[in-house]
Amino acid sequence: MSGAPTRVSEPDLSPIGTGNVIVIVPVYNESAVIADVVRELRTAFTHVVCVDDGSADTSATLAAQAGATVVRHPTNVGQGAALQTGLTYGLGTSAEYFVTFDADGQHRVADALAMLEVARAGEADIVLGSRFLETGSNVPALRRLVLRAGILFTRATTRLAVTDTHNGLRVMTRHTARQVRLQLNGMAHASEILGGIARARLRYVEVPMTVVYSDYSRSKGQSSMNAVNVVIDLLLARARYAR
Amino acid sequence: MIIKLLLLLGVVLAALFAYRGAPGALSLATRRLALAGTLVSAAVAIVLPDLVTTVAQSVGVGRGADLVLYGAVIVSIFVWIGLYRRLHDMEQRFVQLNRAIALNQLTDPGSRDVVR
Repeated sequence: MSGAPTRVSEPDLSPIGTGNVIVIVPVYNESAVIADVVRELRTAFTHVVCVDDGSADTSATLAAQAGATVVRHPTNVGQGAALQTGLTYGLGTSAEYFVTFDADGQHRVADALAMLEVARAGEADIVLGSRFLETGSNVPALRRLVLRAGILFTRATTRLAVTDTHNGLRVMTRHTARQVRLQLNGMAHASEILGGIARARLRYVEVPMTVVYSDYSRSKGQSSMNAVNVVIDLLLARARYAR
Repeated sequence: MIIKLLLLLGVVLAALFAYRGAPGALSLATRRLALAGTLVSAAVAIVLPDLVTTVAQSVGVGRGADLVLYGAVIVSIFVWIGLYRRLHDMEQRFVQLNRAIALNQLTDPGSRDVVR
């Protein structure tokens, strides 16, 4: 490696390099933290794409200044839709691994890297982060209750024994990314992806991760009431799927 | 009684409409015919209430007004289902439009919104 000319677009940042990895970050009104999130990601990942879902603030500009590629929805259409746009964009590149990462500072780059290694090992089509694989989880109590309900619902509908059904930190292979076709535009994407994994019988692996809760991110997290919308979205999707 | 069969048939058709059928909205022509049919029926019911009563009694409903009510309920169900389908399809196409714009802007060097 030494002595070979370094290409400006692919700095060798880690022993293996992340030239064939793309990190997808759906963004909606995160101007307070997005620059820091992108900068931190860029210390480990070459390709970071922020999908700005019609933010009313300066998130897009800040993300670009921090070094991300920015793709902007003209209007706000939902996190699921933003994620799908990011995946579509990634499939237009030569990326082999797709990382989905939250914009609010709750995810850690170290966890993403660990999950990437699991994906590279080739044992799984998709690597899912889980807050509940290790004891001493720092999830607030009410959130934990709602998530437990989500876990039971997912097990009942997909028969997947997943411990964390609503975790935005994932790593998938290009092959898997091609099969994801998110139809639900709002917050039901996590359940939709799990449903897709079950239907396509994809190999999945859960890897422990830690969520960094701050006052900022706690105020931005999904309200527990939104679980109602997610469940209804999924039931309607099943009805439409029957067509 | 015939009316029970007719109403059940209406409910079954509504269910099929909701869960089956080609994706997308009913064709404009179909919707217009349905609307025209509904308006014509309404006009007839207003002008010839005795006719409505006769028809009602022939299917086992005592009063003409009751038949009108039952018919209105069935029609309403179809309307709600139709509106939901159209709204959902429109939303999907709206998202696709957003996506196309988002991704096309990236490769269009002339657009002011291109960032990298």
